[in-house]
Amino acid sequence: QEDGSNRGTCGKLVCTNFKIAFLDDDSASDDNEPQFKNKIVGENDITLQCVDQIYGVYDEKKKLLTGQLRKYPEKLIIYCKDLRVFNFCLRYTKEEEVKRIVSGIVHHSQTPKLLKRLFLFSYASAAPNNTDGRNQTVMFDTLEDWRDELERTKGNVKYKAVTTNEGYRVSEKLPLYFVVPICVSEESILKYQGRGIPIWCWSCHNGAALLKMSAFPKEQDDSTSQMQKAFLDGIYKTISKPPYELLKMDDLSSSLPSLQDIQTAYTRFKQLFLIDNSTDFWATDVKWFSLLESTNWLEIIRRVLKKAIEVAECLERQHTNVLLIEESATDLCCVISSLVQVMMDSYSRTKSGFQSLIQKEWVIGGHGFLDRCNHLHKSDKEEAPVFLLLLNCVWQLVQQYPPAFEFTETYLTVLSDSLYVPIFSTFFFNSQHQKDTNTSGESLNTQSGPFRFLTVWDWSVQFDPKAQAFLNNPLYAEKPKPDKSQRKTARFKHQRQLSLPLTPTKSSTKRGFFREETDHLIKNILGKRIGKFINSSDEPSTSFREFYDSWHSKPVDYHGLLLPHIDGPEIKVWAQRYLRWIPEAQLHGGGTIATAAKILDLMEEVQSLQVKMDEEHSQAISGDVHSVPLLRNSARLSSLFPFALLQRQSIKPALPTSTWKDLEDEDDLVKRDDEFVDLSGGMS
Amino acid sequence: MNLSHFRNNSSGNAAFLTDKDVIYMCPFNGPVKGRVYITNYRLYLRSVENDPVVVLNVPLGVISRIEKMGGASSRGENSYGLDITCKDMRNLRFALKQEGHSRRDIFEVLTKYAFPQSHNLLFFAFANEEKFSENGWMVYNPMSEYRRQGLPNERWRVTFINEHYGLCDTYPSLLVVPYNATDDDLKKVAAFRSRNRIPVLSWIHPETQAVIMRCSQPLVGMSGKRNKDDERYLDIIREANGQISKLTIYDARPNVNAVANKATGGGYEGEDAYPNAELFFLDIHNIHVMRESLKKLKDIVYPNVEESHWLSSLESTHWLEHIKLVLTGAIQVADKVSSGRSSVVVHCSDGWDRTAQLTSLAMLMLDSYYRTIEGFEVLVQKEWISFGHKFASRIGHGDKNHADADRSPIFLQFIDCVWQMSKQFPTAFEFNEQFLITILDHLYSCRFGTFLYNSESLREKEKVTEKTLSLWSLINSEKSKYTNPFYTKELNRALYPVASMRHLELWVNYYIRWNPRIRQQQPNPVEQRYMELLALRDDYIRRLEELQITNNSKIPNSSASSASPSQMMSQVQTHF
Repeated sequence: QEDGSNRGTCGKLVCTNFKIAFLDDDSASDDNEPQFKNKIVGENDITLQCVDQIYGVYDEKKKLLTGQLRKYPEKLIIYCKDLRVFNFCLRYTKEEEVKRIVSGIVHHSQTPKLLKRLFLFSYASAAPNNTDGRNQTVMFDTLEDWRDELERTKGNVKYKAVTTNEGYRVSEKLPLYFVVPICVSEESILKYQGRGIPIWCWSCHNGAALLKMSAFPKEQDDSTSQMQKAFLDGIYKTISKPPYELLKMDDLSSSLPSLQDIQTAYTRFKQLFLIDNSTDFWATDVKWFSLLESTNWLEIIRRVLKKAIEVAECLERQHTNVLLIEESATDLCCVISSLVQVMMDSYSRTKSGFQSLIQKEWVIGGHGFLDRCNHLHKSDKEEAPVFLLLLNCVWQLVQQYPPAFEFTETYLTVLSDSLYVPIFSTFFFNSQHQKDTNTSGESLNTQSGPFRFLTVWDWSVQFDPKAQAFLNNPLYAEKPKPDKSQRKTARFKHQRQLSLPLTPTKSSTKRGFFREETDHLIKNILGKRIGKFINSSDEPSTSFREFYDSWHSKPVDYHGLLLPHIDGPEIKVWAQRYLRWIPEAQLHGGGTIATAAKILDLMEEVQSLQVKMDEEHSQAISGDVHSVPLLRNSARLSSLFPFALLQRQSIKPALPTSTWKDLEDEDDLVKRDDEFVDLSGGMS
Repeated sequence: MNLSHFRNNSSGNAAFLTDKDVIYMCPFNGPVKGRVYITNYRLYLRSVENDPVVVLNVPLGVISRIEKMGGASSRGENSYGLDITCKDMRNLRFALKQEGHSRRDIFEVLTKYAFPQSHNLLFFAFANEEKFSENGWMVYNPMSEYRRQGLPNERWRVTFINEHYGLCDTYPSLLVVPYNATDDDLKKVAAFRSRNRIPVLSWIHPETQAVIMRCSQPLVGMSGKRNKDDERYLDIIREANGQISKLTIYDARPNVNAVANKATGGGYEGEDAYPNAELFFLDIHNIHVMRESLKKLKDIVYPNVEESHWLSSLESTHWLEHIKLVLTGAIQVADKVSSGRSSVVVHCSDGWDRTAQLTSLAMLMLDSYYRTIEGFEVLVQKEWISFGHKFASRIGHGDKNHADADRSPIFLQFIDCVWQMSKQFPTAFEFNEQFLITILDHLYSCRFGTFLYNSESLREKEKVTEKTLSLWSLINSEKSKYTNPFYTKELNRALYPVASMRHLELWVNYYIRWNPRIRQQQPNPVEQRYMELLALRDDYIRRLEELQITNNSKIPNSSASSASPSQMMSQVQTHF
């Protein structure tokens, strides 16, 4: 549709209902096929959902472009949600065409949309159907899945999977099937559309369970609130008796930052990585740490990790059930319950286990991805990077304990990118109900039959096998498997792994604790947001410290309980995700990829030796085994690998310019990446 | 630890105080009852009640200051005792019984042996009788190091003018200078350079023949004095690699400081006097600024790590900012020599602090030899020890004047820069983090002669190489402990770190290593995994060879030991 000009590369800028693409004119020169390539979204593709902000440059001034435009800019800057920054120079393009492309892009990516207009629906009919997305990921869309999970965690003694919500009789927000304490009746579930009902997330090896509950909205009407109080009282009575453990409640909406805080912090934080040019980079470098701190994003990560440790302490050491409470129980509840499971259940640290966890807590659990990602641009108020917050927290654990995870940070990075790829249904609905009602294809579109959606867990859709290798952690210390016969049958259901034995639990002399405080707690839940929650009193906080210190003083069992370090220097910036497109931050031949590549190379060598051994044993006559090294000349890889493949040729060191203003400016231009617009070179 | 080994005199340890009951006021675990033993080398404490046992093992050399706290009449539990400030980022506090002046003996013994210089005693290094399989004093031979660089050649010569330290008493005896400058010229130049530290060659680029020269500031003074010999000498340097462009001079100081130095007779190369040279200031601050910065850093990491505003606290110490400036300076020097193909002269005021940092770091970036264990030892030995970095003054070995303004963590800062580079390029260095930490530990310990005294001439006078052991003896006798398994040898590749705050990190494993809450996993799991794989590979290769031999000599027999390879299989996780 439109010409854009790029330094040395001129090309066409195309906008479709799926993506904005820059088509390189001389693409033939690409003899150097990248080793890690996304099959769906190319290097210069931006899916419409991935567009964060669009700026126009008029006479050297940047202006945010949103709705109708009067004047058309000379230059277009697109900031992406995966933190890429594209500069397109339109100076040498016909005005008519500038008009068309700019308004097209702004319209497609920045204005409110109907759900059915998502590319997802257009793609669904064309989607290949030979994919096997389920590859060991439990989807939690059947009763069986929930029962298996109960069995796996040995929660089935005290908890049951219910079918009460079939046909969404209880609530459209709840999944079709979910798990509640055995003693909770169908009537009580139906009474308040599932509100006030403790819903099971996970059971710890000692029987203590992690539960979540959506709170009642604040009622003005006294009699209603009396009735709700009585109802809650009844529920607590039934689940406070043996065999149930003591119950601790945690109102996450008062003990954690609000969604608004999270959104504000992330908005500031990501801005630090959307860098226009080298000057920007070095200018912000001087005050980098205080800039980082002022965003509050790392502090939020720290607080969330701390909360998860507190919950783990209650479950693991105090043997108490923990009930997480939140208005809808689909935001911070998801973050905390997922993190707790990642920390306590080594199955959640495998790839399929983690994917199943995301299905259970987030996708089926009813996290409003559509609203939180603001995919439809309906309301900015609903937007909050809750899922990204989880991934950022999990990343901290991944980098602190590399052998404990079957997946790599690259896996987390591409998972975060997949939030904006509208060919997978996984992150494009608010609830199972919304997906179900929109899948049937009954609405206006006369398309026949239900839509077939792809799931993001089928990584072969985005990556070929070679690229998928980067998602698997070569350092993963796989759990020593039980003997072979058992393995075959129990392959799917991972055995629970006992965590590190810690201080033996004090016998429950405090049985009375609950009864005395029930009224008080219920008042809190109803009256909301005051009071005595897990970390608000002194006693639990010292027991937290004790728990944390005692765990850290022992050697790590990578298959047992895993607690993150949360002291200041230990919480880091997820460099791979946030710095990957910034050429100034590139280390030629350095970064963690340098060691990772060495390990991969060595593993391959060991494997080929294994093959040779086997051949020697079987006396098979075959040619030499030539395994193609995965990473050629790994020492020359850049730290940006496997993402940006910028600056392949340049080995000039990056010098701070902020302190050395007298350095020539041209120097910096030479070092710029492809995306940078060189105004003098773009004659098309 | 076995105490009999400890009391035994085989390593030159002599016990001066044993079995003293004290309470160690551990900032992390609270008061710890224990027994203290003090020798002329170390203070050793073993807890009597704790499980696991708490052990302190502190070489007296790290002690910077010993203070008495509380008096015989002070009240309150554990208020009477000693407070010890260490040079390695920790403080130790001991509480003692108030009765009978019980701290007098411990105070006296500690003071005497922690500060031998102030008590007319020898350093422990002179009493150390350890034996090592390697002799570290053989590591550095200036002549062979210059030969390795291809020197002397037709443009550069070795001069013995300083053989008896007659030209410059803080320089080594052997120097490399331009072929076209006579010894007489050198003497004249020396008169115009602070402390006679004339420009001499540190390193020559094997391809461009551009060189890194080091020196001290010119004695320009307020009146703007000039010296024809110095001007001509710099021009000879410029011409030595056949370059026509200007010679680049890097003055490590901030511009204002260089100007201020004129008042005390120093200064910098002015444009008028040196038309063929270009001067850049690198804005690196002086030793006092660095000392204060480290002090601030200690405040936020010891004993407790600043919780709430970690990042802004870290920023306010400016420690990493200084690291960034030093690295940035070194990158510029290296880049100029390498891609700019131009010779450079580096100096600061006296040319033994910032200059040593810059030249050694630039050499580390340009010459992969220095990234090996032995090469790094040579680098330290050459650029720091032989060229007169004032270790004795900067560290204050055995000296009780803890507030001496000459003390400054310049060498620590250099090692930190090296650590930052090794962190950014984890496969480029043959040595590991433990190597760097060990160097720093013995920078203070006085167990080895390596870092004692301010200059080569003094070391020669004290017969250090005859009477003491070298730190490199310890390290080279146990090389595997200090080897980075990921090291990949790459010749002639320039290695430029990114001197951006996005990549610079606080070296937690050094600065916060006393805090048990922060401690990193040891051994490093990534390293461990790699070592396992290496062992597995070697095992395969060995077995494969065996197998091939048997297969060739015997009639094929497939049933023999076919179970073993699949057993091995299960140990390798294959994700492909």
